[in-house]
Amino acid sequence: MAQFYKRLPRFQYLLPKTIEEALSFLKEHKAAARLFAGGTDLIPQLKKREVDIPRCLVDLKGIPGLDSIAYDEEAGLKIGPLATINAIKDCPYVRDHYPSLLQAASSMASPQVRNRGTFAGNICSAVPSADSAPALLALEASVRLLGQKGAREVPMDKFFTGPRKTVLETDEMLLEIRVPRPKPGSRNVYLKLSPRHSMDLAIVGVAVVATCEDGICKDIKIALGAVAPTPIRVPAAERILEGKRITPEIIEEVSQNVAAQCSPIDDHRASLEYRRDMVYILARRALNNVLTK
Amino acid sequence: MEQIKLTVNGKGYELQVRPWASLLEVIRDDLGLTGTKEGCGEGECGACTVIMDGKAVNSCIVLAVEADGRQITTIEGLAEGDKLHPVQEAFLEMGGMQCGFCTPGMILSTKVLLDGNKNPTDEDIRKGLEGNFCRCTGYTKIFESVKAAAQKIRR
Repeated sequence: MAQFYKRLPRFQYLLPKTIEEALSFLKEHKAAARLFAGGTDLIPQLKKREVDIPRCLVDLKGIPGLDSIAYDEEAGLKIGPLATINAIKDCPYVRDHYPSLLQAASSMASPQVRNRGTFAGNICSAVPSADSAPALLALEASVRLLGQKGAREVPMDKFFTGPRKTVLETDEMLLEIRVPRPKPGSRNVYLKLSPRHSMDLAIVGVAVVATCEDGICKDIKIALGAVAPTPIRVPAAERILEGKRITPEIIEEVSQNVAAQCSPIDDHRASLEYRRDMVYILARRALNNVLTK
Repeated sequence: MEQIKLTVNGKGYELQVRPWASLLEVIRDDLGLTGTKEGCGEGECGACTVIMDGKAVNSCIVLAVEADGRQITTIEGLAEGDKLHPVQEAFLEMGGMQCGFCTPGMILSTKVLLDGNKNPTDEDIRKGLEGNFCRCTGYTKIFESVKAAAQKIRR
């Protein structure tokens, strides 16, 4: 059993006032520095000594403007790295255009954690069950990263590389999450299964974004959380539906295909078989939700 | 050591804190305000809930340095002299506690909930208190206390 200290290890606290200053700290300390936003994941990990103790924490909260959430009809939604989960949850643009992001944000942790934790932190921590991830994947979001070598934009489906692993380099920071404007007439949903409604990780998370015209599925994106080493898209299942007439039979076929694509772990939260069965159930429910109602 | 200025229950403090000290440690050990409790120590249970700039936070996972320039309310800051806050009165009258360890956090989460919504539905109350665990009561009396508190505040 892991030793439980409840006290933080020693580290230096750095509070840059600009992005350039933050990046120079990262350049100087490399892997010995950790970026620090809400801290709702990092602080418990440090208390439990689950991660390498960093020499310094680089707190981004001294940099003005990083908590912005902006929406426009062209670019869609832009989420700053310090935008808290509750800020996303209470954002009118999110409520009007991205119900799946609202559902993901509302399902996470508790008010206390949502007041501190950020969407950027949720995806940079890269836990396979991260609730924001399936919604962002299905909405074809991307992240803008900035480092010593300059800026780059990485689509969400190329961002995660393993459990708690991403393409983020040690000298890079996430500058923005970009979520395209939903296509006209499209709908999106995120469904989460967890034994408790609060303070609980997803056993299965399913996000679906779809456009349906005259009973024909024009566009479909399906993403899963907590049932593979990273949150994943399931393009093979999407291809079955694309351009087809929506029938109960095809929704059944796609749901089964989605369940076949996942590779869940078997652990104390849920068995492999249960997770796979629930992927089928939640996928069917999510597809019915966006395609047939 | 880092120099911070913060306001706790309306009183200004200038403190030297270790960068790795949690806000909870500073509130309890440096300021002596032991009404804020340490439960799990990792942001799960809500026993250490305080109000920072109007929002409920788990003080065990907030660094003291992050509270620089902030306004903090702890359970000690609710009553005015001997006059209890309506939420405190409601918890007393309804018996919304057993061992009492979770109570400061419950009361502060209730205050934040009712500050924003004087007519909470049952669902609003459940969502508002979802980050506060009680291992004694089974929540029924706490739930009734919140309803009674809402009624008191509306009057």
